[in-house]
Amino acid sequence: MLEPKLQKIADLLQGIRPEFDFSNGANFIATGMLDSFDMITLVDTLDKTYGISIDGEDIVPEHFGGLSAIAALLGRYGVRP
Amino acid sequence: MNFRWQGKRITGLLAVVPENESSFLQEMEHFNFPKARSLKLKEVMGYDKHRLVQAGVCVSDLAVFALQHLFSDGKLDPQDIDALIVVTQSPDHLMPPTSSIIQGRLELSQDVFCLDINQGCAGFVIGLMQAFFMLEQPSIAKVVLINGDVLSRRTSPKDRNSYPLIGDAASVVIVERTSEASVIHANLKMDGTRNAALIIPAGGMRLPSSADTAALEDLGDNNFRAKDHLKMDGSAVFNFVQVEVPPMIERLLSTAGVAADSVDWFFFHQPNRFMLQKLADKMQIPHAKLPSNIVENFGNSSGVTIPMAIAFNLGARLLNERFSVCLAGFGVGLTWGSMLLSLGNLSFCELLDYPNRQEQSIA
Repeated sequence: MLEPKLQKIADLLQGIRPEFDFSNGANFIATGMLDSFDMITLVDTLDKTYGISIDGEDIVPEHFGGLSAIAALLGRYGVRP
Repeated sequence: MNFRWQGKRITGLLAVVPENESSFLQEMEHFNFPKARSLKLKEVMGYDKHRLVQAGVCVSDLAVFALQHLFSDGKLDPQDIDALIVVTQSPDHLMPPTSSIIQGRLELSQDVFCLDINQGCAGFVIGLMQAFFMLEQPSIAKVVLINGDVLSRRTSPKDRNSYPLIGDAASVVIVERTSEASVIHANLKMDGTRNAALIIPAGGMRLPSSADTAALEDLGDNNFRAKDHLKMDGSAVFNFVQVEVPPMIERLLSTAGVAADSVDWFFFHQPNRFMLQKLADKMQIPHAKLPSNIVENFGNSSGVTIPMAIAFNLGARLLNERFSVCLAGFGVGLTWGSMLLSLGNLSFCELLDYPNRQEQSIA
């Protein structure tokens, strides 16, 4: 069972790649669950969901490898999912 | 490197696009991706329609068509042309220069200085720089700058990373000396250590085209591409743009002593809508002042997207009005350059269709 804030992120990811389970702790980038275009789609979704604009320099694989990494990135923009 | 010029200006601008239009919705079936993922990308990246040349059409065909249009309309006298610069990554041939082919087809004077430059997405800024250098010579009073690319012919239709955004086009921009005192500022940086980020691996001397280089390969990400095709490391290019472009613009404006909010328009190279909107957000430039509508309407035609954005968004307004304009090009090389200039009171500013019936190359 994921913490609520991580579950929210997992739900958003599920909307982008419904064929994967994002709660299993795998590295999303290394396992190919997210490619570079999925990262962009996710950033667009996060921007719109939370009313932010994630800096283009932050759109790098290390910020999207797992739920905690994504939550940490959102935290830098003042978002607590 | 920083540059500064005075007494030079753009006096006319024409962009030409193939009449032939393709839509992303129709092309989606060629890609091995779920429809929902492709539709989401369409929304985010701005993939929609793009203009593609028909078989056999080359850069010189687009350019000759555009120049003949200007000659017949009396907007340009062929005898006034002192130099012809062609900036392209998709020349008609490895040799001779495409500028020489255009000169020959139009029967221009033997005194015309013809020069090809192999540059892409920064090619409009670099072409203008070269035009300004030439105009320092007393014997050169009018330069015709042609940007053109037909890279759809070297892009895999089964590569969803590249094909949906590619567009073919050419532009003709007239650059002349002027008695006006306004200063043009520019800067340019290059990093050849990252040259593989945007590359067509085969077709040159390093790896000549062959049956092997023409074979489509499974790239492992549901895309299929041959070594003869354009290869783009999308993540590397995206990061390069987001890291290098904002400080470049800051340096340019600082050198010129101009505040960002006093610039009327920011015409940047247009790889895709998402990338441009991220740049605008970072630089706190209103999206309305940094148009990002070229990819969705015409596709990314490398060095032509800036003049096309000017023609598409301002058009006839530039005949009677004048604006402070910041240009920025970034891409293959890797290369990134920007320019701040006053643009307006042009003798022409148009967007022209290259009709399908003229598809056969004459060269």
